[in-house]
Amino acid sequence: MNELSRRKFLKGGLAGGAMVSLLGKSSKSEAAPSFGGYPDSMGVLVDLTRCVGCRSCEAACNKEQGLPAPDLPFDDMSVLEEKRRTSEGAYTVVNKYEIPGKDHPLYRKMQCNHCNEPACLTSCFVNAYRKTPEGAVMYDPTVCVGCRTCMIACPFYVPAYSYSSVLNPVIKKCIFCYETRLKFGRPPACVEACPKEVLTFGKRTNLLKIAHDRIRNYPDKYVDQVYGEKEVGGTAWMYLSSAPFEEVGFDTHLGNDPIINYVKEFLTVVPMVLTIWPALFAGFHLLATRKDVQNKENSAGK
Amino acid sequence: MQMDHIPKLTMRIILAMVLAFGTAQISSAMDGPDAVELNALAELYGPVNFDHTMHTDIAGDCAVCHHHTTGTPPQDPRCAKCHAKSGPADEVACQSCHAAKRFEAEYLNKLAADNTIYHVDRLGLKAAYHQRCMGCHEESGAPNGCQDCHTRNDAGDKVFHAGQYAPPPSAHKAKEGH
Ligand code: SF4
Ligand code: SF4
Ligand code: SF4
Repeated sequence: MNELSRRKFLKGGLAGGAMVSLLGKSSKSEAAPSFGGYPDSMGVLVDLTRCVGCRSCEAACNKEQGLPAPDLPFDDMSVLEEKRRTSEGAYTVVNKYEIPGKDHPLYRKMQCNHCNEPACLTSCFVNAYRKTPEGAVMYDPTVCVGCRTCMIACPFYVPAYSYSSVLNPVIKKCIFCYETRLKFGRPPACVEACPKEVLTFGKRTNLLKIAHDRIRNYPDKYVDQVYGEKEVGGTAWMYLSSAPFEEVGFDTHLGNDPIINYVKEFLTVVPMVLTIWPALFAGFHLLATRKDVQNKENSAGK
Repeated sequence: MQMDHIPKLTMRIILAMVLAFGTAQISSAMDGPDAVELNALAELYGPVNFDHTMHTDIAGDCAVCHHHTTGTPPQDPRCAKCHAKSGPADEVACQSCHAAKRFEAEYLNKLAADNTIYHVDRLGLKAAYHQRCMGCHEESGAPNGCQDCHTRNDAGDKVFHAGQYAPPPSAHKAKEGH
Protein backbone atom coordinates (compact mmCIF):
# COMPACT_ATOMS: atom_id res chain seq x y z
CA MET A 1 0.00 0.00 0.00
CA ASN A 2 2.56 2.47 1.06
CA GLU A 3 4.87 1.39 -1.66
CA LEU A 4 6.03 4.01 -4.00
CA SER A 5 4.36 3.40 -7.29
CA ARG A 6 5.49 5.38 -10.21
CA ARG A 7 2.24 7.27 -10.16
CA LYS A 8 2.67 8.51 -6.59
CA PHE A 9 6.26 9.15 -7.36
CA LEU A 10 5.32 11.42 -10.20
CA LYS A 11 2.53 13.05 -8.22
CA GLY A 12 4.71 13.89 -5.28
CA GLY A 13 7.77 14.75 -7.23
CA LEU A 14 8.86 16.38 -10.38
CA ALA A 15 5.71 15.97 -12.36
CA GLY A 16 3.61 17.09 -9.40
CA GLY A 17 2.74 20.39 -10.94
CA ALA A 18 1.53 18.93 -14.19
CA MET A 19 -0.55 16.22 -12.49
CA VAL A 20 -2.13 18.58 -10.04
CA SER A 21 -3.12 21.07 -12.66
CA LEU A 22 -4.64 18.24 -14.66
CA LEU A 23 -6.71 17.28 -11.66
CA GLY A 24 -7.58 20.89 -10.99
CA LYS A 25 -6.47 20.83 -7.36
CA SER A 26 -4.45 23.49 -5.70
CA SER A 27 -0.91 22.47 -4.94
CA LYS A 28 1.44 23.15 -2.12
CA SER A 29 4.21 24.65 -4.12
CA GLU A 30 6.82 21.98 -4.47
CA ALA A 31 9.98 23.15 -6.14
CA ALA A 32 10.56 19.85 -7.91
CA PRO A 33 12.25 18.36 -4.86
CA SER A 34 14.40 15.29 -5.05
CA PHE A 35 12.63 12.39 -3.38
CA GLY A 36 15.82 11.36 -1.59
CA GLY A 37 14.56 7.95 -0.54
CA TYR A 38 12.48 6.48 2.26
CA PRO A 39 13.92 7.52 5.64
CA ASP A 40 14.16 4.00 7.05
CA SER A 41 15.10 2.22 3.87
CA MET A 42 17.87 -0.33 3.99
CA GLY A 43 21.02 -0.47 1.95
CA VAL A 44 24.35 -2.18 1.58
CA LEU A 45 27.75 -0.59 1.85
CA VAL A 46 30.22 -2.39 -0.41
CA ASP A 47 33.81 -1.93 0.72
CA LEU A 48 36.04 -2.83 -2.20
CA THR A 49 39.14 -2.77 -0.02
CA ARG A 50 37.93 -5.94 1.71
CA CYS A 51 36.92 -8.04 -1.27
CA VAL A 52 39.06 -11.04 -2.19
CA GLY A 53 37.08 -12.03 -5.27
CA CYS A 54 36.02 -15.40 -3.88
CA ARG A 55 32.63 -15.29 -5.66
CA SER A 56 30.78 -16.71 -2.64
CA CYS A 57 28.27 -13.90 -3.12
CA GLU A 58 27.62 -14.99 -6.69
CA ALA A 59 27.07 -18.58 -5.61
CA ALA A 60 24.74 -17.53 -2.80
CA CYS A 61 22.71 -15.31 -5.13
CA ASN A 62 22.42 -18.11 -7.66
CA LYS A 63 20.95 -20.40 -5.02
CA GLU A 64 18.71 -17.85 -3.34
CA GLN A 65 17.18 -16.64 -6.57
CA GLY A 66 16.94 -20.08 -8.15
CA LEU A 67 19.02 -19.00 -11.14
CA PRO A 68 20.20 -21.41 -13.84
CA ALA A 69 23.42 -23.35 -13.38
CA PRO A 70 26.48 -21.26 -14.29
CA ASP A 71 28.71 -22.12 -17.25
CA LEU A 72 31.61 -22.66 -14.88
CA PRO A 73 31.71 -23.50 -11.16
CA PHE A 74 31.63 -20.52 -8.82
CA ASP A 75 35.07 -21.44 -7.52
CA ASP A 76 36.56 -21.12 -11.00
CA MET A 77 38.51 -17.88 -10.85
CA SER A 78 39.29 -17.80 -14.57
CA VAL A 79 36.05 -15.88 -15.12
CA LEU A 80 37.67 -12.92 -13.37
CA GLU A 81 39.94 -12.41 -16.37
CA GLU A 82 37.02 -10.91 -18.26
CA LYS A 83 34.85 -7.96 -17.33
CA ARG A 84 31.45 -9.48 -16.90
CA ARG A 85 28.05 -7.85 -16.67
CA THR A 86 24.99 -8.85 -14.75
CA SER A 87 22.64 -10.96 -16.84
CA GLU A 88 19.40 -12.89 -16.73
CA GLY A 89 21.34 -15.80 -15.24
CA ALA A 90 23.56 -13.83 -12.86
CA TYR A 91 22.08 -10.99 -10.83
CA THR A 92 25.47 -10.22 -9.38
CA VAL A 93 29.00 -10.54 -10.74
CA VAL A 94 32.41 -9.73 -9.31
CA ASN A 95 34.99 -8.18 -11.59
CA LYS A 96 38.72 -7.78 -11.08
CA TYR A 97 40.63 -4.55 -11.65
CA GLU A 98 44.40 -4.28 -11.71
CA ILE A 99 45.29 -0.93 -10.23
CA PRO A 100 48.44 0.75 -11.56
CA GLY A 101 51.05 1.04 -8.83
CA LYS A 102 49.28 -1.39 -6.47
CA ASP A 103 50.40 -4.99 -5.81
CA HIS A 104 46.84 -6.11 -5.38
CA PRO A 105 43.90 -6.06 -7.69
CA LEU A 106 40.61 -4.67 -6.46
CA TYR A 107 37.40 -6.61 -6.92
CA ARG A 108 34.07 -5.00 -7.50
CA LYS A 109 30.75 -6.70 -6.91
CA MET A 110 27.99 -5.45 -9.20
CA GLN A 111 24.23 -5.81 -8.90
CA CYS A 112 21.24 -3.49 -9.03
CA ASN A 113 22.02 -0.45 -6.90
CA HIS A 114 18.39 0.02 -5.85
CA CYS A 115 18.38 3.72 -6.60
CA ASN A 116 16.41 6.13 -4.44
CA GLU A 117 14.87 7.52 -7.59
CA PRO A 118 15.23 4.65 -10.01
CA ALA A 119 15.48 5.45 -13.69
CA CYS A 120 14.08 2.01 -14.51
CA LEU A 121 10.97 2.90 -12.52
CA THR A 122 10.49 6.41 -13.80
CA SER A 123 11.05 5.40 -17.40
CA CYS A 124 8.61 2.48 -17.36
CA PHE A 125 5.26 3.60 -18.71
CA VAL A 126 3.30 0.55 -17.57
CA ASN A 127 4.37 0.83 -13.92
CA ALA A 128 6.18 -2.48 -13.85
CA TYR A 129 8.61 -1.19 -11.23
CA ARG A 130 8.14 -0.09 -7.65
CA LYS A 131 10.45 1.03 -4.88
CA THR A 132 9.52 -0.58 -1.58
CA PRO A 133 9.88 1.31 1.72
CA GLU A 134 12.56 -1.22 2.66
CA GLY A 135 14.60 0.04 -0.27
CA ALA A 136 14.24 -2.67 -2.91
CA VAL A 137 13.42 -1.82 -6.50
CA MET A 138 11.03 -4.52 -7.61
CA TYR A 139 9.81 -5.51 -11.02
CA ASP A 140 6.47 -7.05 -11.95
CA PRO A 141 6.70 -9.34 -14.98
CA THR A 142 2.92 -9.60 -15.30
CA VAL A 143 2.71 -5.94 -16.26
CA CYS A 144 5.87 -5.66 -18.34
CA VAL A 145 5.35 -5.38 -22.08
CA GLY A 146 8.97 -6.11 -22.87
CA CYS A 147 9.78 -2.71 -24.36
CA ARG A 148 13.18 -2.61 -22.66
CA THR A 149 13.06 1.09 -21.89
CA CYS A 150 14.33 0.36 -18.39
CA MET A 151 17.42 -1.29 -19.84
CA ILE A 152 18.21 1.91 -21.69
CA ALA A 153 17.29 4.17 -18.80
CA CYS A 154 19.31 2.44 -16.05
CA PRO A 155 22.57 4.35 -15.66
CA PHE A 156 24.27 1.17 -14.42
CA TYR A 157 23.19 -1.17 -17.23
CA VAL A 158 21.52 -3.52 -14.76
CA PRO A 159 18.19 -4.81 -16.08
CA ALA A 160 18.81 -7.78 -18.33
CA TYR A 161 16.43 -9.13 -20.90
CA SER A 162 15.50 -12.74 -20.64
CA TYR A 163 16.05 -14.04 -24.14
CA SER A 164 15.41 -17.55 -22.94
CA SER A 165 11.68 -16.97 -22.73
CA VAL A 166 10.78 -15.32 -26.00
CA LEU A 167 7.04 -15.72 -25.54
CA ASN A 168 6.97 -14.22 -22.08
CA PRO A 169 9.52 -11.45 -22.18
CA VAL A 170 10.86 -10.57 -18.80
CA ILE A 171 13.46 -8.30 -17.38
CA LYS A 172 15.74 -9.83 -14.79
CA LYS A 173 17.80 -8.15 -12.14
CA CYS A 174 18.81 -8.29 -8.49
CA ILE A 175 15.77 -7.74 -6.28
CA PHE A 176 17.65 -7.16 -2.99
CA CYS A 177 16.34 -10.61 -1.97
CA TYR A 178 13.11 -8.81 -1.21
CA GLU A 179 10.65 -11.68 -1.38
CA THR A 180 12.69 -14.15 0.65
CA ARG A 181 14.61 -11.91 3.01
CA LEU A 182 14.45 -8.12 2.94
CA LYS A 183 10.73 -7.87 3.59
CA PHE A 184 11.24 -10.00 6.71
CA GLY A 185 14.04 -7.74 7.91
CA ARG A 186 16.72 -10.23 6.93
CA PRO A 187 20.00 -9.50 5.10
CA PRO A 188 20.38 -10.53 1.45
CA ALA A 189 21.92 -13.91 0.69
CA CYS A 190 25.06 -12.37 -0.81
CA VAL A 191 25.63 -10.26 2.30
CA GLU A 192 25.31 -13.28 4.53
CA ALA A 193 27.64 -15.35 2.36
CA CYS A 194 30.50 -12.88 2.12
CA PRO A 195 33.36 -14.10 4.31
CA LYS A 196 34.94 -10.67 4.63
CA GLU A 197 31.98 -8.42 5.28
CA VAL A 198 32.68 -6.55 2.11
CA LEU A 199 28.94 -6.05 2.28
CA THR A 200 27.56 -4.19 5.30
CA PHE A 201 23.78 -4.30 5.51
CA GLY A 202 21.84 -1.71 7.46
CA LYS A 203 19.76 1.42 7.31
CA ARG A 204 21.04 3.57 4.49
CA THR A 205 21.38 6.56 6.81
CA ASN A 206 23.52 4.53 9.22
CA LEU A 207 25.61 3.12 6.42
CA LEU A 208 26.50 6.63 5.31
CA LYS A 209 27.76 7.45 8.80
CA ILE A 210 29.74 4.22 8.88
CA ALA A 211 31.19 4.91 5.45
CA HIS A 212 32.34 8.39 6.36
CA ASP A 213 33.76 7.14 9.65
CA ARG A 214 35.82 4.55 7.81
CA ILE A 215 37.18 7.25 5.54
CA ARG A 216 37.91 9.52 8.48
CA ASN A 217 39.63 6.78 10.48
CA TYR A 218 41.64 5.46 7.58
CA PRO A 219 42.27 8.38 5.25
CA ASP A 220 45.24 6.62 3.65
CA LYS A 221 43.17 3.58 2.81
CA TYR A 222 40.13 5.13 1.14
CA VAL A 223 39.46 7.73 -1.50
CA ASP A 224 37.28 10.41 0.05
CA GLN A 225 34.06 9.53 -1.68
CA VAL A 226 31.10 7.25 -1.03
CA TYR A 227 29.91 6.24 -4.46
CA GLY A 228 26.11 6.17 -4.45
CA GLU A 229 25.70 8.69 -1.66
CA LYS A 230 24.76 11.32 -4.20
CA GLU A 231 25.11 9.79 -7.64
CA VAL A 232 21.85 9.88 -9.63
CA GLY A 233 19.98 11.03 -6.54
CA GLY A 234 21.49 8.39 -4.24
CA THR A 235 21.47 4.61 -4.30
CA ALA A 236 20.75 2.00 -1.63
CA TRP A 237 23.92 0.10 -2.48
CA MET A 238 26.96 2.31 -1.98
CA TYR A 239 30.67 1.80 -2.39
CA LEU A 240 34.00 2.57 -0.74
CA SER A 241 37.25 2.13 -2.64
CA SER A 242 40.97 2.54 -2.20
CA ALA A 243 41.40 3.51 -5.86
CA PRO A 244 39.62 6.29 -7.72
CA PHE A 245 36.21 4.98 -8.72
CA GLU A 246 36.80 5.35 -12.43
CA GLU A 247 39.71 2.90 -12.09
CA VAL A 248 37.39 0.22 -10.78
CA GLY A 249 34.79 0.47 -13.50
CA PHE A 250 32.43 3.05 -12.01
CA ASP A 251 30.87 5.73 -14.15
CA THR A 252 31.90 8.93 -12.42
CA HIS A 253 30.15 11.21 -14.90
CA LEU A 254 26.57 10.46 -13.96
CA GLY A 255 26.02 13.56 -11.89
CA ASN A 256 23.91 13.82 -8.77
CA ASP A 257 20.54 14.47 -10.34
CA PRO A 258 18.13 11.57 -10.56
CA ILE A 259 17.79 10.38 -14.11
CA ILE A 260 14.13 11.43 -13.96
CA ASN A 261 15.28 15.02 -14.26
CA TYR A 262 16.58 14.29 -17.71
CA VAL A 263 13.45 12.55 -18.87
CA LYS A 264 10.73 14.48 -17.09
CA GLU A 265 9.92 16.39 -20.23
CA PHE A 266 8.45 13.31 -21.79
CA LEU A 267 7.40 11.57 -18.61
CA THR A 268 4.77 14.18 -17.82
CA VAL A 269 2.91 13.16 -20.95
CA VAL A 270 3.23 9.44 -20.43
CA PRO A 271 -0.47 8.92 -19.57
CA MET A 272 -1.18 9.80 -23.16
CA VAL A 273 1.40 7.33 -24.21
CA LEU A 274 -0.34 6.12 -27.34
CA THR A 275 -0.31 9.54 -28.87
CA ILE A 276 3.21 10.43 -28.01
CA TRP A 277 5.36 7.59 -29.23
CA PRO A 278 7.62 9.98 -31.12
CA ALA A 279 8.26 11.96 -27.96
CA LEU A 280 8.94 8.81 -26.02
CA PHE A 281 11.40 7.55 -28.52
CA ALA A 282 13.06 10.92 -28.65
CA GLY A 283 13.43 10.55 -24.90
CA PHE A 284 14.89 7.06 -25.10
CA HIS A 285 17.22 8.24 -27.77
CA LEU A 286 18.35 11.09 -25.55
CA LEU A 287 19.05 8.67 -22.74
CA ALA A 288 20.91 6.31 -24.98
CA THR A 289 23.04 9.05 -26.47
CA ARG A 290 23.75 10.47 -23.05
CA LYS A 291 25.17 7.16 -21.97
CA ASP A 292 27.13 6.80 -25.20
CA VAL A 293 28.65 10.22 -24.76
CA GLN A 294 29.60 9.33 -21.21
CA ASN A 295 31.14 6.10 -22.34
CA LYS A 296 33.21 7.92 -24.90
CA GLU A 297 34.25 10.46 -22.32
CA ASN A 298 35.17 7.64 -19.98
CA SER A 299 37.22 5.75 -22.49
CA ALA A 300 38.79 8.97 -23.71
CA GLY A 301 39.83 9.69 -20.14
CA LYS A 302 41.77 6.44 -19.93
CA MET B 1 27.56 -19.73 41.51
CA GLN B 2 30.98 -18.84 42.76
CA MET B 3 32.44 -21.66 40.73
CA ASP B 4 31.65 -19.85 37.49
CA HIS B 5 33.93 -17.02 38.39
CA ILE B 6 36.99 -19.01 39.23
CA PRO B 7 38.39 -19.40 35.75
CA LYS B 8 38.10 -15.67 35.07
CA LEU B 9 39.70 -14.94 38.38
CA THR B 10 42.49 -17.40 37.66
CA MET B 11 43.06 -15.73 34.35
CA ARG B 12 43.28 -12.33 35.96
CA ILE B 13 45.77 -13.58 38.52
CA ILE B 14 47.86 -15.15 35.80
CA LEU B 15 47.71 -11.97 33.80
CA ALA B 16 48.69 -9.96 36.81
CA MET B 17 51.61 -12.29 37.39
CA VAL B 18 52.64 -12.09 33.78
CA LEU B 19 52.56 -8.35 33.88
CA ALA B 20 54.53 -8.36 37.10
CA PHE B 21 57.12 -10.91 36.08
CA GLY B 22 57.80 -9.95 32.53
CA THR B 23 56.54 -10.86 29.12
CA ALA B 24 58.73 -13.85 28.36
CA GLN B 25 56.20 -16.19 29.85
CA ILE B 26 53.08 -14.82 28.21
CA SER B 27 52.50 -17.56 25.74
CA SER B 28 53.04 -20.36 28.19
CA ALA B 29 51.20 -18.68 31.01
CA MET B 30 48.06 -17.78 29.10
CA ASP B 31 45.28 -20.15 29.86
CA GLY B 32 43.57 -19.74 26.52
CA PRO B 33 42.38 -22.86 24.76
CA ASP B 34 44.93 -25.03 22.97
CA ALA B 35 42.66 -25.44 20.00
CA VAL B 36 39.31 -24.07 18.89
CA GLU B 37 36.94 -25.82 16.56
CA LEU B 38 35.40 -23.22 14.29
CA ASN B 39 32.25 -24.46 12.65
CA ALA B 40 30.20 -21.38 11.92
CA LEU B 41 30.20 -22.32 8.24
CA ALA B 42 29.05 -25.87 8.88
CA GLU B 43 26.33 -25.55 6.27
CA LEU B 44 28.82 -25.51 3.40
CA TYR B 45 32.17 -26.44 4.93
CA GLY B 46 33.66 -28.84 7.40
CA PRO B 47 34.94 -27.43 10.70
CA VAL B 48 38.31 -25.69 10.96
CA ASN B 49 40.54 -26.83 13.77
CA PHE B 50 42.27 -23.69 14.83
CA ASP B 51 45.53 -24.36 16.65
CA HIS B 52 45.41 -21.58 19.20
CA THR B 53 48.71 -22.46 20.88
CA MET B 54 50.61 -22.43 17.60
CA HIS B 55 49.10 -19.09 16.61
CA THR B 56 49.80 -17.61 20.03
CA ASP B 57 53.46 -18.53 19.57
CA ILE B 58 53.61 -16.99 16.12
CA ALA B 59 51.75 -13.81 17.01
CA GLY B 60 53.75 -13.33 20.19
CA ASP B 61 51.34 -10.70 21.45
CA CYS B 62 47.71 -11.43 22.32
CA ALA B 63 46.75 -7.95 21.17
CA VAL B 64 47.43 -8.94 17.56
CA CYS B 65 44.11 -10.78 17.60
CA HIS B 66 42.44 -9.90 20.89
CA HIS B 67 42.83 -6.12 20.70
CA HIS B 68 42.89 -4.91 24.31
CA THR B 69 40.69 -7.60 25.84
CA THR B 70 43.42 -9.77 27.33
CA GLY B 71 44.87 -6.78 29.11
CA THR B 72 47.86 -6.26 26.84
CA PRO B 73 47.91 -2.74 25.41
CA PRO B 74 46.27 -2.50 21.99
CA GLN B 75 48.58 -2.10 19.01
CA ASP B 76 46.52 0.43 17.10
CA PRO B 77 47.02 3.94 18.48
CA ARG B 78 43.36 4.69 17.73
CA CYS B 79 42.34 1.94 20.14
CA ALA B 80 44.91 2.95 22.72
CA LYS B 81 43.23 6.31 23.15
CA CYS B 82 40.52 4.66 25.19
CA HIS B 83 41.84 1.18 25.86
CA ALA B 84 45.48 1.68 26.86
CA LYS B 85 44.61 0.89 30.45
CA SER B 86 41.22 -0.72 30.20
CA GLY B 87 42.58 -4.02 31.56
CA PRO B 88 41.46 -7.52 30.70
CA ALA B 89 37.85 -7.97 29.68
CA ASP B 90 35.51 -10.50 31.23
CA GLU B 91 35.13 -12.26 27.93
CA VAL B 92 37.93 -12.69 25.42
CA ALA B 93 36.47 -15.14 22.93
CA CYS B 94 35.93 -13.63 19.46
CA GLN B 95 32.23 -14.42 19.52
CA SER B 96 31.59 -12.54 22.72
CA CYS B 97 31.97 -9.25 20.83
CA HIS B 98 31.66 -10.25 17.18
CA ALA B 99 28.08 -11.28 16.52
CA ALA B 100 27.50 -14.46 14.58
CA LYS B 101 24.30 -12.96 13.18
CA ARG B 102 25.64 -9.52 12.46
CA PHE B 103 22.96 -8.40 10.04
CA GLU B 104 19.85 -10.00 11.47
CA ALA B 105 17.22 -7.56 12.73
CA GLU B 106 17.78 -8.54 16.36
CA TYR B 107 21.37 -7.33 16.31
CA LEU B 108 20.70 -4.28 14.15
CA ASN B 109 17.90 -3.23 16.50
CA LYS B 110 20.15 -3.68 19.49
CA LEU B 111 22.68 -1.36 17.90
CA ALA B 112 20.00 1.17 17.03
CA ALA B 113 18.43 1.13 20.50
CA ASP B 114 21.63 1.88 22.43
CA ASN B 115 23.32 5.13 21.57
CA THR B 116 26.10 4.47 24.06
CA ILE B 117 27.63 1.81 21.83
CA TYR B 118 30.68 3.34 20.25
CA HIS B 119 31.73 0.43 18.05
CA VAL B 120 28.71 0.40 15.75
CA ASP B 121 30.81 -0.66 12.77
CA ARG B 122 31.93 -3.86 14.42
CA LEU B 123 32.62 -6.89 12.26
CA GLY B 124 30.48 -9.98 12.59
CA LEU B 125 32.14 -13.19 13.70
CA LYS B 126 32.83 -14.64 10.27
CA ALA B 127 34.39 -11.43 9.00
CA ALA B 128 36.37 -10.92 12.21
CA TYR B 129 38.02 -14.29 11.59
CA HIS B 130 38.58 -13.76 7.91
CA GLN B 131 39.86 -10.20 8.17
CA ARG B 132 42.33 -11.24 10.82
CA CYS B 133 43.32 -14.64 9.47
CA MET B 134 43.62 -13.67 5.84
CA GLY B 135 45.48 -10.46 6.57
CA CYS B 136 48.27 -12.28 8.41
CA HIS B 137 48.21 -15.31 6.14
CA GLU B 138 48.78 -13.08 3.17
CA GLU B 139 51.59 -11.12 4.81
CA SER B 140 53.32 -14.25 6.02
CA GLY B 141 52.76 -16.31 2.89
CA ALA B 142 50.63 -18.83 4.79
CA PRO B 143 47.92 -20.73 2.86
CA ASN B 144 45.15 -18.32 1.98
CA GLY B 145 42.75 -19.95 -0.47
CA CYS B 146 39.20 -20.74 0.68
CA GLN B 147 39.78 -24.47 0.63
CA ASP B 148 43.23 -24.28 2.21
CA CYS B 149 41.37 -23.90 5.50
CA HIS B 150 37.83 -25.02 4.69
CA THR B 151 36.96 -28.40 3.26
CA ARG B 152 33.80 -27.90 1.30
CA ASN B 153 31.10 -30.47 1.97
CA ASP B 154 28.55 -31.85 -0.45
CA ALA B 155 26.07 -29.04 0.21
CA GLY B 156 28.88 -26.57 -0.45
CA ASP B 157 29.77 -28.25 -3.73
CA LYS B 158 26.15 -27.94 -4.73
CA VAL B 159 25.99 -24.22 -4.00
CA PHE B 160 29.27 -23.59 -5.84
CA HIS B 161 28.26 -25.88 -8.71
CA ALA B 162 31.57 -27.63 -8.22
CA GLY B 163 32.83 -31.17 -7.75
CA GLN B 164 30.16 -33.64 -8.83
CA TYR B 165 27.79 -30.69 -9.43
CA ALA B 166 30.15 -28.94 -11.86
CA PRO B 167 28.53 -27.96 -15.13
CA PRO B 168 29.58 -30.18 -18.05
CA PRO B 169 32.52 -28.67 -19.97
CA SER B 170 30.29 -28.40 -23.04
CA ALA B 171 28.16 -25.75 -21.31
CA HIS B 172 31.01 -23.29 -21.35
CA LYS B 173 32.16 -24.14 -24.88
CA ALA B 174 28.66 -23.70 -26.25
CA LYS B 175 28.42 -20.22 -24.80
CA GLU B 176 31.82 -19.24 -26.15
CA GLY B 177 30.59 -19.95 -29.63
CA HIS B 178 28.18 -17.02 -29.48
S1 SF4 C 1 20.48 0.41 -10.70
FE1 SF4 C 1 19.25 0.49 -12.60
S2 SF4 C 1 17.82 -1.22 -12.39
FE2 SF4 C 1 18.64 -0.83 -10.33
S3 SF4 C 1 17.20 0.65 -9.39
FE3 SF4 C 1 18.81 1.88 -10.35
S4 SF4 C 1 18.00 2.34 -12.38
FE4 SF4 C 1 16.78 0.63 -11.61
S1 SF4 D 1 20.66 -8.89 -2.94
FE1 SF4 D 1 19.89 -10.98 -3.39
S2 SF4 D 1 19.32 -10.84 -5.55
FE2 SF4 D 1 20.63 -9.09 -5.17
S3 SF4 D 1 22.72 -9.77 -5.68
FE3 SF4 D 1 22.44 -10.16 -3.48
S4 SF4 D 1 21.73 -12.27 -3.36
FE4 SF4 D 1 21.42 -11.61 -5.49
S1 SF4 E 1 31.74 -12.96 -1.22
FE1 SF4 E 1 32.61 -11.04 -0.44
S2 SF4 E 1 34.84 -11.29 -0.63
FE2 SF4 E 1 33.89 -12.89 -1.89
S3 SF4 E 1 33.75 -11.96 -3.94
FE3 SF4 E 1 31.79 -11.55 -2.95
S4 SF4 E 1 32.03 -9.53 -2.02
FE4 SF4 E 1 34.10 -10.29 -2.50
